[in-house]
Amino acid sequence: MLDYNKYLRQQKFPLIWCAGCGDGIVLKSMLRAIDKIGLSKDEICMVSGIGCSSRLTGYVDFNTLHTTHGRAIAFATGVKMAKPEMHVIVVTGDGDATAIGGNHYIHAARRNIDISVILFNNNIYGMTGGQVSPTTPIGSRASTAPFGNPENSFNISGLAEAAGASFVARGTVHDALILDKYIEKAIRKKGFSVVEVMTPCPTAYGRRNRIGDGVAMIKDLKEHSVSVRKASKMSEEELNDKVVTGILVDRERPEYTDNYNKLIERVKGSNS
Amino acid sequence: MKKDKKLPDIKINKEWCKGCAICVEFCPHDVLAMNGAYPEVVNLEACTACQLCDVRCPDFAITVNKNEQEETNEAKK
Repeated sequence: MLDYNKYLRQQKFPLIWCAGCGDGIVLKSMLRAIDKIGLSKDEICMVSGIGCSSRLTGYVDFNTLHTTHGRAIAFATGVKMAKPEMHVIVVTGDGDATAIGGNHYIHAARRNIDISVILFNNNIYGMTGGQVSPTTPIGSRASTAPFGNPENSFNISGLAEAAGASFVARGTVHDALILDKYIEKAIRKKGFSVVEVMTPCPTAYGRRNRIGDGVAMIKDLKEHSVSVRKASKMSEEELNDKVVTGILVDRERPEYTDNYNKLIERVKGSNS
Repeated sequence: MKKDKKLPDIKINKEWCKGCAICVEFCPHDVLAMNGAYPEVVNLEACTACQLCDVRCPDFAITVNKNEQEETNEAKK
């Protein structure tokens, strides 16, 4: 197994995340993917917003930006425009990316800018005390929904697909080695790519919804996840409480920084 | 000639471990068990060095060394 230490700011350890939180599993998966591609630390800029998952940028020894709530993709867009040769990776959560930063998320996908978003979906606002997030399933409990959440939830991957992302995949921390492959493909893909990772929040979600600790939540994830292929043969009703995992979108579309640079060349040419 | 089976080397970093027991529960061969707040190795013979404990440890607190290249490791020291 990879020696993760070369990518870590070890002086910041132990991690701040709760016992049983899946965020560290995703972090390891990201490091394995980056190591496999063989990128140097200087070639990567990792950008995060606010939330539990966004603390990740403090632990890794890349160029890192820990930005304001919901604006990780906005900052990342700036970095990518200034340095198109850099691999820009956004680390964000379900609330950060689809509530506070919802518009940035949709429009980055629409522009198809070459940014890889690793989206930690734990179905709740963990850090701030377990409030309902846009992905909290209908009927489940949160600190702001003590009798059950009456709202429908977002399909984050479907949103990215509809808005125009080049690559969309969904994985779980239970299948962490498969997750490596999705993250690797997302980083290699030219265009906006999203990997939605289902990860447990035992403190704010598992306990309140009587699922249990991190171990129980990961087992629960395993039971509720179905592959894309299997899901295609299931009815909508059967898929109601399921997590569909796999590569959902992989397509070629014009990329924004390419288009922008072509535009500059064309305008320069016409002026000379 | 008698050939000794080289057992994997499992290291648990208690400074970083939070005792979530994920490594214990998801080990396919029941190599680990909880002892108080931390996991411990209870059946090293059964370990196949699949490293699934390492893959799923959220805290970078467990590593499994396959011990395949014991000599080169020694040389490095």
